[in-house]
Amino acid sequence: MSSREDILGRVRRQLGRTAENAASGRAAMERHIAARAPGPRGILGNDLVGRFREKSAALSSSVEDIADLAQVPAAIARYLDSHGLPPQAVCWPRFAALDWQAAGLRVESRPARGTDLVGISGCFCALAETGTLMLCSGVDTPAALSLLPETHIAIVPAARVVAGMEEAWTLLRRESGELPRAVNFISGPSRTGDIEQTIVLGAHGPYRVHILIVASQ
Amino acid sequence: MQVRSMHFKARAGEKLADAKLQVNLGRSKSKFVDKRAHAILDLEDFEATREAARQLRDLTLKDLDLWLERFEQEATRRGATVLWARDGAEVCQLVIDIGRRHGVSKVTKSKSMLSEEAGLNQALEAAGIQPVETDLGEYILQINDNEPPSHIIAPVFHKSKEDVSALFARTHHLPPKTDIQELTREAREVLRPHFLSAEMGISGGNFLVAETGSVALVTNEGNGRMVTTMPGVHVVITGIEKVIPTLEDLATLMRLLPRSATGQSISNYFSLLTGTARSGETDGPAHMYFILVDGGRAAMVGGEFAEMLRCIRCGACMNHCPVYQAVGGHAYGWVYPGPMGSVLTPLFAGMENAIDLPHAATLCNQCGVVCPVKIPLPDLLRRLREKQVERHLRPWSERLALNIWSWVAQRPAWYALATKFGVRYLNWLAGGQASIPVLGLAPEWTRGRDFPAPEGKTFRELYAARRAPRREASR
Repeated sequence: MSSREDILGRVRRQLGRTAENAASGRAAMERHIAARAPGPRGILGNDLVGRFREKSAALSSSVEDIADLAQVPAAIARYLDSHGLPPQAVCWPRFAALDWQAAGLRVESRPARGTDLVGISGCFCALAETGTLMLCSGVDTPAALSLLPETHIAIVPAARVVAGMEEAWTLLRRESGELPRAVNFISGPSRTGDIEQTIVLGAHGPYRVHILIVASQ
Repeated sequence: MQVRSMHFKARAGEKLADAKLQVNLGRSKSKFVDKRAHAILDLEDFEATREAARQLRDLTLKDLDLWLERFEQEATRRGATVLWARDGAEVCQLVIDIGRRHGVSKVTKSKSMLSEEAGLNQALEAAGIQPVETDLGEYILQINDNEPPSHIIAPVFHKSKEDVSALFARTHHLPPKTDIQELTREAREVLRPHFLSAEMGISGGNFLVAETGSVALVTNEGNGRMVTTMPGVHVVITGIEKVIPTLEDLATLMRLLPRSATGQSISNYFSLLTGTARSGETDGPAHMYFILVDGGRAAMVGGEFAEMLRCIRCGACMNHCPVYQAVGGHAYGWVYPGPMGSVLTPLFAGMENAIDLPHAATLCNQCGVVCPVKIPLPDLLRRLREKQVERHLRPWSERLALNIWSWVAQRPAWYALATKFGVRYLNWLAGGQASIPVLGLAPEWTRGRDFPAPEGKTFRELYAARRAPRREASR
């Protein structure tokens, strides 16, 4: 007997599975999935962007508000300069057309490599509840770019800040139907507390996460 | 992993006498407790969320076969291969087969307790495939001759930074560092090339989502993302009990897991992985495998220990356990320590191999109170103790003593006589003192405490004496 049949057979015996209770069990399963009922949760109020800003900062991300996308290159140049970081970065293809040169930056749109120091990404949306970025992998939104470089800069349109994970799933189902290979929720720089339960920022992923909230696009 | 739980008592004694370990345990024990207490405050209704989590874990467990079939169907539809393993040996064989099929010489691993159960690292090495643990704690253990973890989410809970420094200096041949930040940086630099060169990544799975055929992965360091993004092959090894219904249910459970584990409102990274890389994607694995493991779980379904299958492996029970805090995780002798381990080890590894563990608890119910999925851990421990008695696994002296007690306790006259002699004997033993320092018949009981001396008469005698005058007065 295959391991699969053996294991499932054992589970079925334990549960006293019959053809009738399998049919009713399946019907209950489909009902639960179709309902997609959210669990108990608090009410966040109206200022989602304010909450997102506050929670992100609590997770050790830095946050800056800018008026529109055209201001992104100058804001990033200022950030890199103030942190003594080189004026070079890789970015998602959708930001390739921004005027990086005018801000004195050399930004390439290509897959990230282990040696890249700065990665510039967008996001699918952001969660106000916890100050979290939600990124979906894809041809034009590679996952490694927010992971390999020591500094991750994320561009977040204010209109894409949603209350919590439930709203993010609803948005994803509505806009793309099928799930991407990877949905990555990012909540601040990578960290570890493994040695003496002392929190250190910058484990295997970025040391710094900088978030640019764009008011209009 | 070999089971060494038979020696809990002896090992616990050693651990209590280990001054260095006691310093290391003392340094960290309150951190998780305080952080969790703080973190649950910002949930509007923590208890309601806990109850919802309990219900939705029970929902899949009571129809586990159906939910597993649904998960398998959805995962397969999205390009993943779903495999099944009866035990650790099958896990190792499946992983080695996958490795050979894809010409793998090196594997990067994110934390997986199932791989500890299976002893996967040793099996991979024997098969000529190099396993590299990438969780900082697990990496530290691997370079220390595959030392077992002492905590399910903080594997080197028992070590000091000086211990880590010495290990790094020995392994990396670099100048020794003592600053925790520098030690972490050193591990990052040593492990980064492995992330980029390994052909296969292995991870555990915090949850399997039936609706979408996805695995949800909770990490802080980013190593979980690395091993599931960079290599061409990703293998998920997880227990069959981890399946949950929908993405909405995942959101509910994620409000509890990081808060209960490390006291974070959300873990740094939380990834939902579904199927293989889409055409044109520059990263992500081309091959994705799930290995769903039984390892003693199927036999618990629908039975008197089924509630234990709700466990989401947060570690809150051990963080709050006075026994764990005093002896650390190694004394428990297998993969899972603390209260959840004392329930799981006898059930997974054999009741006769873990006689002491159900007794390694004061039944104070701290664990039951903090458990995010409301597992009644003390009840389950008590039930395991009953099983030991039923199966005649207790020592003959204990069985004899209990049999005598039960015979006497069912015969009031004998009971009165036995207790009458008993208190007088103890009173004589105390010799006028308020307590008895050493009990001849139970020397272990008085090793760490004194036995209070009785007054000289039994409760029944005193009661009868008090009632007698009153009865006369009422006449």
